[in-house]
Parts: sequence; C-alpha cells; structure tokens
Amino acid sequence: MTTQTTAPGIPGTPASKTATGLIGIPPHLGRALATGGGALTVVSAFLAWTWTSAFPGDLTVYGYPGGLQVLALIGGALTTLLGLSSYGVKGLRWLTPAGADGAIKFAALATFATVWYTVLAITADLGGVVNLEPGGFIAAIASLAALLGALALPFERPEPEPYDPDDTGWELFRHRLRAGRDITKATFAGGTARPVGTLPSYAEILIIVAVLGLGLTVFTYGIGTEYDELFIGFLITAGFGFAALNKSGLISQASQITARHQNITICGAFVAAAMFPFTQTDDQYATVGVYILIFGTVALGLNIVVGLAGLLDLGYVAFLGVGAYAAAMVSGSPNSPFDVQFPFWAAALVGAGASLVFGVLIGAPTLRLRGDYLAIVTLGFGEIFRITANNLDGTSGPDITNGSNGISSIPNLNILGFDFGTEHAIAGFTIGRFANYFFLMLLITAVVVLIFRRSGDSRIGRAWVAIREDETAALAMGINGFRVKLIAFALGASLAGLAGTVQAHVTYTVTPEQYLFAGPIPPNSAFLLAAVVLGGMGTISGPLIGAALLFLIPNKLQFLGDYQLLAFGLALILLMRFRPEGLIPNRRRQLEFHEDAEAPTVLPKAGA
Amino acid sequence: MTTTDTTTKTAPVGETVLDARGVTMRFGGLTAVNDVNLTVSRGEIVGLIGPNGAGKTTFFNCLTGLYIPTEGEVRFKDKVLPPQSFKVTAAGIARTFQNIRLFANMTVLENVLVGRHTRTKEGFWSAILRGPGFHKAEAASRERAMELLEFVGLAKKADHLARNLPYGEQRKLEIARALASEPDLLLLDEPTAGMNPQETRVTEELVFAIRDQGIAILVIEHDMRFIFNLCDRVAVLVQGEKLLEGDSATVQGDERVIAAYLGEPFEGAPGAEEVAEVEAAETQAETTTDAAPGKENDR
Repeated sequence: MTTQTTAPGIPGTPASKTATGLIGIPPHLGRALATGGGALTVVSAFLAWTWTSAFPGDLTVYGYPGGLQVLALIGGALTTLLGLSSYGVKGLRWLTPAGADGAIKFAALATFATVWYTVLAITADLGGVVNLEPGGFIAAIASLAALLGALALPFERPEPEPYDPDDTGWELFRHRLRAGRDITKATFAGGTARPVGTLPSYAEILIIVAVLGLGLTVFTYGIGTEYDELFIGFLITAGFGFAALNKSGLISQASQITARHQNITICGAFVAAAMFPFTQTDDQYATVGVYILIFGTVALGLNIVVGLAGLLDLGYVAFLGVGAYAAAMVSGSPNSPFDVQFPFWAAALVGAGASLVFGVLIGAPTLRLRGDYLAIVTLGFGEIFRITANNLDGTSGPDITNGSNGISSIPNLNILGFDFGTEHAIAGFTIGRFANYFFLMLLITAVVVLIFRRSGDSRIGRAWVAIREDETAALAMGINGFRVKLIAFALGASLAGLAGTVQAHVTYTVTPEQYLFAGPIPPNSAFLLAAVVLGGMGTISGPLIGAALLFLIPNKLQFLGDYQLLAFGLALILLMRFRPEGLIPNRRRQLEFHEDAEAPTVLPKAGA
Repeated sequence: MTTTDTTTKTAPVGETVLDARGVTMRFGGLTAVNDVNLTVSRGEIVGLIGPNGAGKTTFFNCLTGLYIPTEGEVRFKDKVLPPQSFKVTAAGIARTFQNIRLFANMTVLENVLVGRHTRTKEGFWSAILRGPGFHKAEAASRERAMELLEFVGLAKKADHLARNLPYGEQRKLEIARALASEPDLLLLDEPTAGMNPQETRVTEELVFAIRDQGIAILVIEHDMRFIFNLCDRVAVLVQGEKLLEGDSATVQGDERVIAAYLGEPFEGAPGAEEVAEVEAAETQAETTTDAAPGKENDR
C-alpha cells in the first residue's frame, strides 16, 4: 500500500516506517472492533432508542428503523462492509481500491457522529439520559467501539519535525500543535486508487447509472428531510460517508469512468434530475428543486465570467433581475406598464436581450481596465439596479417597475397549450405547478451547460482562460483582451437574464428586494459567488452542487435564525482553509494532483 | 505561411522585415530609449546587448506595441506598427518574455493553441453551433500545435500542465507558443537566462532551426558566448542609445563596449579609495570564512 506524502511542507522527508495506530489497541483487535462495532450499530438500529415518540422520527419501534436510525444503519453498514473488505473477503475487495484503513476511519466517524448526535439530541430534547431505551445505549457503545477500533488501525506516522531547543514556550506550543496536526492528517490519509481497468462499455455505463441513481437518492433524501435533526444527521452521515468513499478510492474510480463517457454522464445526470419530480408526492419539495435549479443555473452562468475568464463580478444577481423584470413586463401582468403578453420564447429572448444590453453597457467602459475596478463597478451596478427598480414607481420617477411592490400577479406560462399553472398527470404521477417549472428550468440549465461546455472547449474558451492566467501574455499572443472579456461578460449576463425569465413566472412576483448583494435567501450576488467558489471554479457540476448546498442548508436549518449568515461565513472560511479548490476540483487541478502521483515516472525524462 | 521559404543551412539574408527609425521612448523626464535605429531582415539573427538598465526591454516593448514610441516609428514589412500588442502579433511579430509568462494552469498543448489565436477565426457562435468548419479548424490547429511541440521536443508532454514543466522546457514552450502565431519576426527576451551551458547549446540549435525557416530573429541576451555564436549582427545599447552595431568580431573588440560593461578606468582619488575599500572588505571576508571549517574546497 502506498501512502501519500502527508506533510508537503517538508519535501524529501521520508515517512517513517513505524506503522502504529493512534490508540494503543493492537491493530488486529482494532480491525475486529471496528467491523464488529459497525455490525452491532446496524443491529441496534432495529431496536428502540427512546420510549416516546415525542422525539421526531419515531425511534420507539423494534424491528423497524426510523429517521435518524436509518442514517446510523447506513453508517454502520458502510463501516462493516469496509471492515470486511479490509479482511480481504471475496466479493468486497472492489470496495477499497485505495486501501481500507483511511476509509474505515471515516466511516466509523460517520457512524459515531450520527449515533452520538442522535443520542445527545434525544437526551437534550427530552431532558435526560433516562429517556434512552437500551437500544440507544447499545448503539452509542457500538459506534464508540467502532470508532476506537478504527483509530487503532495502523498508519504511517510522519517524521516529526526536529525542533529547535532554543524555542520559547509559545514556539514550542506551536511546534507541538503542528506535529499534532500532521499526525491527525496522517491518521486519516488514504492511498492512491489503482486505476480502473477497461470494463466493457455497457458495464461502465451501468456503473454511471448506479452512481447517478445513488446521487439522486441522496439528494432526494436530503431535500425530503422533514425536521432539523434529521437534516443535520443527514449532513453528518453524507459528509463523512462521502469522505470515507473518497478515501477508499471509489470516488476517484467513479470519476475516471465518468470522464471516459462524459456525454453519457451529462445526459444521464439530466435524466436523473428529470426523475426528481416523480420521486415526490407533493409539490412542496419540487419548489425547493426549482429554486435550486434557478440558483444553480445562474451560478453556472457566473462561472463563465468568474471561473473561465477570471472577471470578478459582484453584482451578478442584477442581471437575473433585469431578465426577470423584462419578462415580467411582457408577461401580461396587470402591474406591468406594457399591456402585452408575449409567448414564452419571445419573453425569454427579451429577458436575455435586456440583460445582454446591460452587460455590454457595464462591461464596455470597465473591461478595458484590469484588476479590481470591475469588481467595484459591478458591485455598484447591482445596488444601482435594485435602488432604481425601487424608485421607478411613479412618484420618485416614471412608473415602470411599480416600485417596492414590484410587478405582481405574473400569469403562469402556457407553452403550446401546456398550462404550467395546473397539475398534470404523467404516467400515473401527478406533476404540480412547481414540477412543471422544474422541467422548464431543467431545459434552461441544459442550454447553459451546453453553452458552458462548448464555449469553454474552443478557441474563445482558451482565450478566456489565457486572459485569466496572464493578461499581458495573452495580449502578446494576439488575443484582443477587451473583446474577449466583453463576450464573456455579456454571455454571462444574458444567461442570467434567461434564467430570470423563468424565475419571474415561478415566483409570481418580482420585487427589487429579491436581488440583493447579500441576504439570507439565495440567490443573491454573494451567495452566487460563494456557490461558484465553494463548488469549484471552472467546472460544471461544482456550481450546481454548491448552489444546492447553499440553498438547502439555510432552507433546512431554520432554527439558526439570525445566525444563518454567521454560520455560513464560518463554513466558508473552514472550507476555503481545508479545500481551497472547491468541492469539485477543476480538471486542471485534477491533472495537477494526477501528475503529483505520477511524478516519479515523469522526472527521469525531464533530466535527460 | 512562412514555412514556404527556403530552408537551406546558409539561410540567405532576405528583405528587411523590421525597420525601427529613430525610436525614442520617454517616461516623464527619463529618456529610456533615445533615437535608436535598427533593421532586421528575413533569415537573420540580430543580437541586442547592453548592461542592465540600458533600455533593451523598453525597446522591445516599443517593437511589440506595449509602448508607443514617443518619437520615431517602427515599420514592419513596410507598414507602421499598430499601437496595440494583439494587433502587432496579428501583423507577424511574436515574442517571449524575460521572466517566463506561460499560462501556468493550462496544458502544454493548450498553451500552444492559444498562440494560434490570431491564425484562426472561429468565434463564439461557431463554438456553440459546432459546424463542420469548427471541427476542421480545431483539428488543424491541434495538428499544427503538435508539430510545433515536436519541433521544440515537447510533444510527449503535451498533456502536462505548463507549471509542472522544468525551467528549460518552459522556455522552449514559450518559444513554441510564439511560433504558433506564424510570425515573420521573433523577439526573444533573454532566452537562456538561468540555463546551464548544455541547455544553452540546445537553445542555440533551436534558434538556428527557427532562423532556417526564414524567420527573422531579434534576441536580447546577457550570455556573450551565446550572442556571439548566434548572431549575424549585434547592436549594443548603452543608456538608451545605440553605441555600436556590427558583427561579433567588431563588437567584441570594441573598447567602448568593454567600458560600458565594466566601467571606464577612472583617474584620481575616488578610484583608489574604492580599491582600498574593496581590498579591506575582502580581507575581512576571508578571515570570517576561514573560521568556518571545511569550506576551503568550495572556493
């Protein structure tokens, strides 16, 4: 098993050969403990954890796991499977192509965190440990045992940094802290996955389908969580579980396979997304779905501007607003100053076109400059748009936008006789209003993804990246920097406008207060930028996933209340500290890591 | 475009491509370049040398449209140079940079493809619609880029990130990227800075090979051996003015050039004082270094 260099700060330091666990339990015992603990947690999930159904999810039933118990069950099962795989059980070896130990540690952590979170929540909610049934105690002990066992698994300790004997107390403390961090890092380090052999393409496509199905299931479950505790438990299990799968190497193998069939993966992802409304029984969660899609699509448009061309746009949500207002004005709403009702295709063109015009107006004078000017101007534009829309109410200015009341009662769309406002029955499923818009929005998302992919992988896309990397060199290569940047900026603006046309119809009303720079409800400029950075700049799936998380988390964790933005800021800082490349690293970043792994094969050639 | 020219070893000097007349560049009160005349012809390698701060790079920037000369004009193929650097590249002047400026997070191949920008036309709509013309042009660009990588010896590393290349190969990639724009004149700004003698020799071969394709080359360099091996003509720039221009032997033998680099021997007190100072410092340095054991062999 190869172990990655754990301390990149000290190149050339070989990892010491002593492989011991973090906890002084013999490794073979630890492995058994982890596997057994996982299995026992699975069993305990079928027991009652508490006596009353006052705790949400009804954890009182024997023989049937409910709510958080299901999550504990999944975590326990994952730990057990990974443990068995580490014993080399036939048929489970494929689970851990990159070595099992790091994965077991994360899986055990997932189980432990979920179970103990549940147990503590029960204790806190119901007032005391007495409220726990034996099943709860068994689960707590089993998951603790699994975690302890997992931590006893051996890992290669990093060579301790030599310390300066002249160090003062503070420096010594920092040194110890650093050493502690290195050891923790090494504890959870995984290996490099062995590359996937070429499977027959039908098998690879089946794997892609399975992965997408899993993704849809996890996502649907996350959206469908009904109470705060379950959503937190879901985040814990999903987060650590994902880390476990990542360490086991399955994620990297899956991404290798999807990279081989990019078109199939993208089509499959859209099919999976289109399945989403069919998994829902009422329209409540389709609402969440369509808002996530709007948010994600706009974030993807911003990714062209920020991720590809490297232009920092802090007022991007204004373009969404321009598109939404433009569409609302031609929608036939009674509040609109224009008494017209355009068909959707025309309204979409008007919305995208209006944003395009504003994009060019903002971009043309500022894109000649370099650096931070654009950020300031776009920030200003975002605010100007909102305040202007507020003032064009007939008293402070001409009556165009109806002021702070906005344009309301926007009628539902009707495309080719398909009324978006009513329920439809498709193949036995009832598809409600928001689900209708979900499908329309999905189409728009597909258009944006297509434009992103095709423009990114072409002469113009390369020019964008070149400008981002080094503008002087790009100019010296004959790239008309201003023109190319203006295209990116205007394209981003019109895509946001396009999404805005749908948004206007989904929300019934457009008001200036929907388009803030920062606010608790996405989409706003700050959240859009955060979705791009958090998800991964320059990628397609990154902003979509980032947007989904950024929408779901504030939406689900209502109890955070006023502290939402604080929690959001903290989470962002932590993420940027520990995963600066975003959740989904860019292909270029991946290549970088890829080459790190292959460094030995490349170096001799370089010397020659 | 340019490859149609003769590729003989001797590379006969062709028509003049670059003609700088009386180029003067002032920044406020500072005259960085003063009345410099220089011509470069097809199939010729011209060197530009001078001590640090002589205005070599400023002069280069005047030739590439980054600066617009305060006085005088630069004619390229009998046309006055346009004032923007991307138009200059389109006209047929390509350059490399003194401190390497690659697109670090793009692959080697993509770097060269960016260099093809001026010689391809596919715009945004073409990229979205992806007609047959797009695929054809893209394939042709890739083919040409791979040829260039083959030419500089980086074809095997086409998929590596530019930032991960070793230093010498980054220099080569910069040259390949510049060649991708099919220039008639290539400006090399210190192409061997930081290279070991072996790498320098390889670069020398590369420059000759480019010359043999009929491309005019103007090169700034501090490595005198490199310059005198390579160049048909050498111009010496001192304090913004052209001191001298001629073949290697003329320049090497000229006292003024040596004086410009090493300083003229002064007469009088300050010189003697300085010498004494230096000697004193040296003796002190010796006593301190001698104290460190095992260092003798290093000197």
